[in-house]
Amino acid sequence: MSETKKFLYVNRKAPYGTIYALEALEVVLIGAAFEQDVSLAFLDDGVFQLTKGQNTNGIGIKNFSPTFRALGDFEVTKLFVEKESLEERGLTADDLQEIMYEDEDDDWEEKPSIKLVSRAEMADVMADQDVVLSF
Amino acid sequence: MKIGVVVSEGPYTHQAADSAYHFVKAVLDSGHEVPRVFFYHDGVNVSSRLTIPPQDERHIQNNWTNLAKEHEIDLVVCIAAAQRRGLLDANEANRQGKDANNIADGFRISGLGQLIEMGIQTDRLVTFGD
Amino acid sequence: MSTLHTVNKSPFSTQSLQSCLNHCKDGDAVLMIEDGVYGALTNSNMSKQVQTKAGNVTIYVLSPDADARGLIGDKLLGEVIAVDYAGFVKLVTKHDRTQNWL
Repeated sequence: MSETKKFLYVNRKAPYGTIYALEALEVVLIGAAFEQDVSLAFLDDGVFQLTKGQNTNGIGIKNFSPTFRALGDFEVTKLFVEKESLEERGLTADDLQEIMYEDEDDDWEEKPSIKLVSRAEMADVMADQDVVLSF
Repeated sequence: MKIGVVVSEGPYTHQAADSAYHFVKAVLDSGHEVPRVFFYHDGVNVSSRLTIPPQDERHIQNNWTNLAKEHEIDLVVCIAAAQRRGLLDANEANRQGKDANNIADGFRISGLGQLIEMGIQTDRLVTFGD
Repeated sequence: MSTLHTVNKSPFSTQSLQSCLNHCKDGDAVLMIEDGVYGALTNSNMSKQVQTKAGNVTIYVLSPDADARGLIGDKLLGEVIAVDYAGFVKLVTKHDRTQNWL
């Protein structure tokens, strides 16, 4: 399998209320081993997956939000988050976790994985893919 | 053209497994290929051979089993999603010390890598779900 | 390069159609399936938006799903094109990728 394809994982659902967010993350983690060109899109309620301060002790479901911070180790470094979706929900970038990766092409400098994009830019990201998987 | 299909919602509750079935049949009728269908999230429930719908209703699991046999389609059930929801093949049941298994003919249990591989090896990917 | 988008939710219960219309590009196609077909209703509070978008994006409805829900004749927007499952397959092959708005 020498061919590299552009994979986009589209996250439009909030965590915990349904399992889609967690099982999407499981696909991303397994998919990392296939060395494709991977991007993640967070829009609509999907932006809630990345927020700080999640504490699931009272609901007995595993808090998987720290896993997003480990994505850099799997070379998953492009997390596109839609500004309009944040704004509609009264959120800003400050409400999101800090997610960093070390850029091997730039002397392992730490860089943010989250890229805030406008709705129009998100549409461009979506239109630039080979495979779009929606959750 | 090779078209991969994902079913990510359970049978009967949601129309996804029916829509996917009609879509796959139409793909085959059009002379294109469906090498694999991947069942994820509650979609794994389609594979239970203990399914017994009322006689005047469609039998979703049988429909898939028959279609797979007729056209050699690889029906893959995600192992992680299946185990969460109590779906086991004979090997897994044995390995996990369970006293029963329930995967229907034509379906096989495998990892999420099969989904990614399908994305790489097909020309289009279509998801039916919720 | 263009995309086929599918929407399977009623626009009166989720944002899927809205979000799809906000992100699709000129030359793309939108196919309403399952409960998504309610997005093709005439005289609804979504009608105007769908009609406007239909200038740049081709909008389809899966006829078996529309028929099942009694959406026939003047219940369906004139701008929306009905296709069967064979037409669905043609749309998938014609466009470079499929994006499903679940």
